[in-house]
Amino acid sequence: MMKKCKRKPLLIAFLHFSTVLLLLYGCNSNATHESDFMSPNIARGGYTQQGDMAIAAPPFNEEGIFPCSDCHAEEVTNPQRRKLVDMHEDISEMFDHDSENRWCLDCHNADDRDYLRLASGKLLSFKESQKLCGQCHGDKYRDWKVGVHGKRTGDWNGKKQYLLCVHCHNPHSPHFKPIKPMPPPVRQKDIY
Amino acid sequence: MQKKQKNSSRRDFLKKIPVVAAGTVAMASCSPEEWDDFLQQSFRTLSKEEKDAIIKNLEKKYTEKYGKPFTVSAEPATEGILFGYALDLSRCVGCRRCVYACVDENNQSRDPQVHWIQVLQMDKIKGIDLAHADVHYNPETVPEEGHFYMPVACQQCRNPQCTTVCPTKATYQDEDGIVVVDYDWCIGCRYCMAACPYGARHFNWGEPSIPEEDVNPATHYLGNRPRPKGVVEKCTFCIQRVRKGKYPACVEICPTGSRKFGNLLDPNSEIRYILENKRVLVFKEELNTQPKFYYFFGV
Repeated sequence: MMKKCKRKPLLIAFLHFSTVLLLLYGCNSNATHESDFMSPNIARGGYTQQGDMAIAAPPFNEEGIFPCSDCHAEEVTNPQRRKLVDMHEDISEMFDHDSENRWCLDCHNADDRDYLRLASGKLLSFKESQKLCGQCHGDKYRDWKVGVHGKRTGDWNGKKQYLLCVHCHNPHSPHFKPIKPMPPPVRQKDIY
Repeated sequence: MQKKQKNSSRRDFLKKIPVVAAGTVAMASCSPEEWDDFLQQSFRTLSKEEKDAIIKNLEKKYTEKYGKPFTVSAEPATEGILFGYALDLSRCVGCRRCVYACVDENNQSRDPQVHWIQVLQMDKIKGIDLAHADVHYNPETVPEEGHFYMPVACQQCRNPQCTTVCPTKATYQDEDGIVVVDYDWCIGCRYCMAACPYGARHFNWGEPSIPEEDVNPATHYLGNRPRPKGVVEKCTFCIQRVRKGKYPACVEICPTGSRKFGNLLDPNSEIRYILENKRVLVFKEELNTQPKFYYFFGV
C-alpha cells in the first residue's frame, strides 16, 4: 500500500513545486495548448513513495473517472476486440498507440478494471503505470529511472520527485503535444 | 626661464582649485554608508565579520526598497562539488518557459528587459548554424516542423575568457565551478561581454526595474540579489538554489525534462550518467573554453 510522504523536506519541495506550477498556470491561463502536466492538477494527488523514488500520483483530473470499477463492476466484460462506440469515444477517437495491433484490454485488466495488466499477467496499480510503459519502452524506462528521460524536481543531491510517463504522454496518444511558446525577447530596435 | 616656470605653477595651482572644491562638495554630499560602499573591498578578500556587516546592510536596504523581508546568502562552495549541466537537444521544444522562470527566480530587470537564457531556433537541415539561428521565433505552437531548439546561457567554462579579461577581477570562477560576478566590484567596462563567445553576459544599461510583488527575496550575494545600473550579470546555475541542494529554476520548470543538473565529481549523478552513456557535445568546442554545460541527444 502506498502512503503519502509526510517528510518535511519533501513537503517543502512539493509545496515549492506546486507553487511554481500554479504560477506557470496563472501566467498562461489563456493558452490554448497547455498540456495536463502543467496544470495544478498534477500536484493534487501528491506523491507516493516507491522504493527510494517519490512519484507523482496519476493525473486523473476529471470527476468520476476513477475508480473504473464504479462503472465496470456492474458490466459484463466483452473481451471481443472492437472499436468502442457507446462509451469512451473520446479515447477511441484519439487512440494512436500502435492502434493497428492493440486495444483497451491489452493494457487494462479485464476482470478488475482498477488495475493495469502486464503481458505476463501481473496486475499493476495506476500508481506504477511506468512499469507497463517500460515493458515495451525499456530504453526509456532505464533512462527515466536514472533521471535522464523525463522531469525530476527537488534536490539535485537528495530527495527527488518523479513524474509518471503519463504526466507528459497521454497513454492513448503518447506523442508529445505542441505547446504555446512564451513571448520572444524584445528586439533591440524596439527598445527605443 | 625660471620666471616662466613659476608662472606656470601658479596657473596649475589655480586650475586645481575648482577640482578640489568639486571633490570636497561630492565627498560632503555622500552619506557614511555610501562611503563604505565606495571603499568596500573585493568580496573574496573580506573577512567573515565584514561580509556579515555588508550583508546585514544589504538585507535592510532591499527590505526597505521592496517592502518584504530579504535574505542575502553568502553560502560558499562545498568541497568535492563541481557543478555541471546537460541539455537534451532532442527533447527541447523551444517553449521558453525556462527563460521566464529564470527571470522570476534571478530578479532580472523586466524593463529594460534582461534574459539570461536565449533560445535559438535552428533548421534541422543546417544543424547548429548560428548565422541562421533565430531567437525571435513566435509561432502559435512549438516545436515547429523542421526545426530544433538550442537554449544558450552561460556555459560555465573551465577556461573562462570573461574572467581573464576582467580588469578588476570582479568576475571569477568559484571553487564549485560557477563563474560569478561581484556586482560591487564590477566597473561596467563590458570587456567580459566582448570576450564571451556565447553572448551569455548582460549589461544593465538602465536602472533595473522589478515589480515589488514579483521580486524574489531569497537571494545570494554573488547571484540573484537586485543589481544596480551599470553592472554586468549572468547565469550562476541559480547559485542561491544549488548551493542549498535544489535544482536550478530552469530545470524545475522545463516541461519536457530536457534540462539536467548535478555534481560532475559524483560518479552516481545523472550528469555523469549522461556523459558516459549519451552522445554529448559542447558549444564552440574549438575555442577551448571547456564548458561545464553539455548538450546531448537523449534518443
